[in-house]
Amino acid sequence: MSASAVRPATVAPVGRRLSWAIVLPLAWVALVAFLAVTADWLPLPDPAAQELILRRKPPSTTYLLGTDNLGRDMLSRIIYGGRTSLIVGICAPFFGFLIGGAIGMSAGYFRGKVDLLAVGFIDILLAFPTLVLALTFVAYLGQSLFNVTLALGILSIPAAARVSRANTMAWANRDFVLAARTIGASNWRILTREILPNVLPAMFAFWLVAVSVIIVAEGALSFLGLGIPAPQPSWGGMIADGREALDVAPHTALIPAAVMFLTVLSLNFLGDMVRNLVDPRRSSL
Amino acid sequence: MHWLARQVLRLAVVLFCVTLLTFLIVNILPGDVATAILGGLATPEDLAGLRADLGLDRPMLVRYFDWLGSALSGDLGRSHRSGEPVAQAIADRLPVSLQLMIMAQVIAIGIAVPAALLSVRRPGGLFDRLSASTAFGFLATPSFMLGILLIYLFSVTLDLLPATGFSPMSEGLWANLESMILPALSLGLIEWTVLMRVLRSDLLTTLKEDFILLARAKGLPPWRVLLQHALRPSSFTLITVIGLNIGGLIGGAVIVEQIFALPGVGRLLLGGIFNRDLILVQGTVSFIAAGFVLVNFLVDMLYAVLDPRVRHVRFRS
Repeated sequence: MSASAVRPATVAPVGRRLSWAIVLPLAWVALVAFLAVTADWLPLPDPAAQELILRRKPPSTTYLLGTDNLGRDMLSRIIYGGRTSLIVGICAPFFGFLIGGAIGMSAGYFRGKVDLLAVGFIDILLAFPTLVLALTFVAYLGQSLFNVTLALGILSIPAAARVSRANTMAWANRDFVLAARTIGASNWRILTREILPNVLPAMFAFWLVAVSVIIVAEGALSFLGLGIPAPQPSWGGMIADGREALDVAPHTALIPAAVMFLTVLSLNFLGDMVRNLVDPRRSSL
Repeated sequence: MHWLARQVLRLAVVLFCVTLLTFLIVNILPGDVATAILGGLATPEDLAGLRADLGLDRPMLVRYFDWLGSALSGDLGRSHRSGEPVAQAIADRLPVSLQLMIMAQVIAIGIAVPAALLSVRRPGGLFDRLSASTAFGFLATPSFMLGILLIYLFSVTLDLLPATGFSPMSEGLWANLESMILPALSLGLIEWTVLMRVLRSDLLTTLKEDFILLARAKGLPPWRVLLQHALRPSSFTLITVIGLNIGGLIGGAVIVEQIFALPGVGRLLLGGIFNRDLILVQGTVSFIAAGFVLVNFLVDMLYAVLDPRVRHVRFRS
């Protein structure tokens, strides 16, 4: 018997939920992702090319979203910045969930000393305000796309471990796990074949939420000047740059802010939807 | 009492691990402090001399326990940039950060409680849906973005409030509040959303209880049922969430202090990071983490005082 056949009984019908509240966020995220992936082949100016005479120009037909403080094309920078946000936003939680998931599942399955150790470890990581820990990590690892991703990935370990631990505990005492154990399946086999498929949906829903949290965190790091290093565009960095010209060229800060807002809002919408599908009990919150 | 002793022991262990971890991050990770301070042109002798001055040539654990020993007596060392004692630097800037966080929290609670109460009067009604969507919108707004928008709206466009800078209390209460209101709003306007959602959900659960039915049957007006009967038993989760969110608030405060140029602990930490001021960063991060752990500990205690059932359920595991 495959464990993946065991599913929560009350999955809400999907068709009813396909309203504009789902289509619009999905379309926006798809657009941002599509542009981020195809940016190199699109007829865009170099996002780092400066044209100082044309700095802080408002949106026009040549520069659809205007130019920034150094006369760089905002549209191009927004699209390449989206690439940065998506790379960090997708990879960091993935890394965190790989390690956190392994810790959480072992803790929830083996219990006892393993559990105690894992919970202690999580408690200590949680004892740091997230952003402060991220700042410290990045400052001492050095600023690069990889290090920012790594630091934010480490920070998503505790949350991932908690979700997977709670879910594993809920599944570990079910009859099909007992059945698997009775026919002599190894712990490794039970964890990967019986429990993992059941824990994955909850992890996926949580991962979606984590993506938007991490995009915000990356934005905050870049905003503070401790994220992705300078010439490479990042939405947070663009907002920080635009702050200096709020009085003369507000679009330099407001456009990246709007793009980031729409992306995070869309991801939150999608995350909520998936979480309601996976765990109907939480939908009231 | 046995229970309390165990909690205190747990607190001590967490504090120990937290400071040790901070020490490890700051010391193990690549990037040589001596080179960072003296620059690339320094001679190897100079570098070795500075390392000896800073005690960097001794084994790490020895240095950690040295640091811990003095930290326990309130000495966090001296910044090797400014020469200022780190503990003094933190103490000087702490009031600003505390004021910021308290004002933000007051704003958040001041919006969240009325919004939740009005929402549950008619769940699914116009106000409920309106406040839910507003909350969802603010939830997608990072504090650094909100800070910029507030500056744009209130300083640049309306010219009502100063964009940056801090006026201490000594320059008058109004001048002080004027410089703090936008920073506090940048945090509070985001924080209330979480509180409102939690309180609303708990209120809805409480309103299904028998004693609420009784209160209604006695003919009490709806607002009295809400305020006097439903609010208190519904606020336990709210208190926990306020405690848990302080971590987010501290992170937010770092950003907001930077945006509005407020001389708080967050800005001290950022300055330390940019200047590679090892001892300053070590001291500030440890201080912030310890403060966060302590606040959560106190919230747990408060929770137990308010609801005695908790002592037997929550802390057993």
